[in-house]
Amino acid sequence: MNALDVENLNVHYGAVHAVQGVSFAVAEGELVAIVGSNGAGKSTIMWALSGVKERSGGAVQLFGSPLPSRPHDVVARGLALVPERRRLFSDLSVEENLVMGAYLRGDDEGTRQDRERCFQLFPVLKQRLSQRSGTLSGGEQQMLAISRALMSRPRLLLLDEPSLGLAPILVDALMDTILRIRSEGVTVLLVEQNAARALEIADRGYILDAGRFVKSGPGPELAEDPEIRRAYLGG
Amino acid sequence: MDYILSIVILGGINMVAVLGLSIFTGFTGLFSLGHAAFVAVGAYTSAILTYYYFVNYYLALAAGAAAAGAVSLIIGAPTLRAKLRSDYFAIAVLGFGEALRVLLENLDITNGARGLPGIDSFTTLPIVAACLAGGVFVAKNFLRSRWGVACIAIREDPVAAETAGVRLFRTRLLSLVVSAVYCGLSGGLLAHFLSFIQPQMFTLVQSTQLLAAVIAGGMGSISGPLVASFVFIALPEALRVAQMWRLVAYGLLLVLIMVFRPQGLLGYSELSSLFRRGTGGKEERRS
Repeated sequence: MNALDVENLNVHYGAVHAVQGVSFAVAEGELVAIVGSNGAGKSTIMWALSGVKERSGGAVQLFGSPLPSRPHDVVARGLALVPERRRLFSDLSVEENLVMGAYLRGDDEGTRQDRERCFQLFPVLKQRLSQRSGTLSGGEQQMLAISRALMSRPRLLLLDEPSLGLAPILVDALMDTILRIRSEGVTVLLVEQNAARALEIADRGYILDAGRFVKSGPGPELAEDPEIRRAYLGG
Repeated sequence: MDYILSIVILGGINMVAVLGLSIFTGFTGLFSLGHAAFVAVGAYTSAILTYYYFVNYYLALAAGAAAAGAVSLIIGAPTLRAKLRSDYFAIAVLGFGEALRVLLENLDITNGARGLPGIDSFTTLPIVAACLAGGVFVAKNFLRSRWGVACIAIREDPVAAETAGVRLFRTRLLSLVVSAVYCGLSGGLLAHFLSFIQPQMFTLVQSTQLLAAVIAGGMGSISGPLVASFVFIALPEALRVAQMWRLVAYGLLLVLIMVFRPQGLLGYSELSSLFRRGTGGKEERRS
């Protein structure tokens, strides 16, 4: 069974046709990357899948049944989004952010277990537990954003530009973490402007340009493709 | 002494309404320029019940609060469903409040613009104090509940709250209804303290004063707005000797607070935490 089956997805912002009939699939346990330049429609796909942005056409199946249209139903079905620019609850503490991530679950015992799991991934968060999340460093904020999404125990994790604003050494650690999350059984859909890094770790990749896929294939292969290197990877 | 007592009672009544608006504006992050309308609904509902129908005072207070909550659904359901941005919502409620006032001025049962005189004055200081204490207790527990936490998350980032599974519309509507119930209770207390109400008492000016107390007191604090609201009631009275200059002092105070403490008197913290930590500790970090 596929984790995600997207067929002919269309999204409009008023008259602007931002996503134009995109189709793709993510198998369970897979790590798929969508790369493309600024404004190609990557984030719009993420917002549409998570239910925040209305879809204007197409059919999406999540784990074999139709994707609900409202965000809380989507989360309840096991899809969690780490939004672009993190969007933490910046005046709330690290702990409160984590609790919010488990909002729909409402079981204290499970919430505690999941918190421990996040601390294993990101030990630094444990020391920052009572700190206001807006005062964390960029890297720590990204860790918290990912942890917050993991707190809902997703089967499919959507990551929107997680490397944005991170130093190269932190990007390395981030990519390792994404692989580790995948190895724990979570399917991952990764959207990145940092195409080279994303395609390196992805099982498969899609190149998005002006709202359409122009190419797809195994991640490392795409990363080596001379045409793609020229157009999207800077030579 | 009676004069001071009446100021304290009026201040307390006002604090009940500010407490409600604080849940909506301070903790849920939506602005309203029309909450005086909910005070009016509470005042008129309870006053009409005791005045014409001789209903028990406490029942009438409860009915006033419930009526205000019900009326808030009428404006809240369409505007909050449309996800109006905070400032547009404030204007929509402003229009609603003014429309409601015009309605009160033209109904027979409200005695029109002349107002209702001779309402029994049941409201006493202990009753106001009990309502306020109960109100604070309920507000604190509400904010610690799942719903309250969701409200705060919406204030911080509505989109992130949505992707965490918070139902935006329902949670905002609940917050509005809770705040309107507080305002309705405040209105019932007010009507039975002054023993006279007229539509002119519930205009934009009153709504603005409620909002000013919340913002000046600190968005995200319960005690801050209460302190600010009391200052705003007591200060103009204390300065009565200065005659018209007292209004200037009121404005000046607001400006000074906004310049020197843009996060409000208490910011996100509570009076109790100031006493525990020594002055200023917590909100220096917050600012």
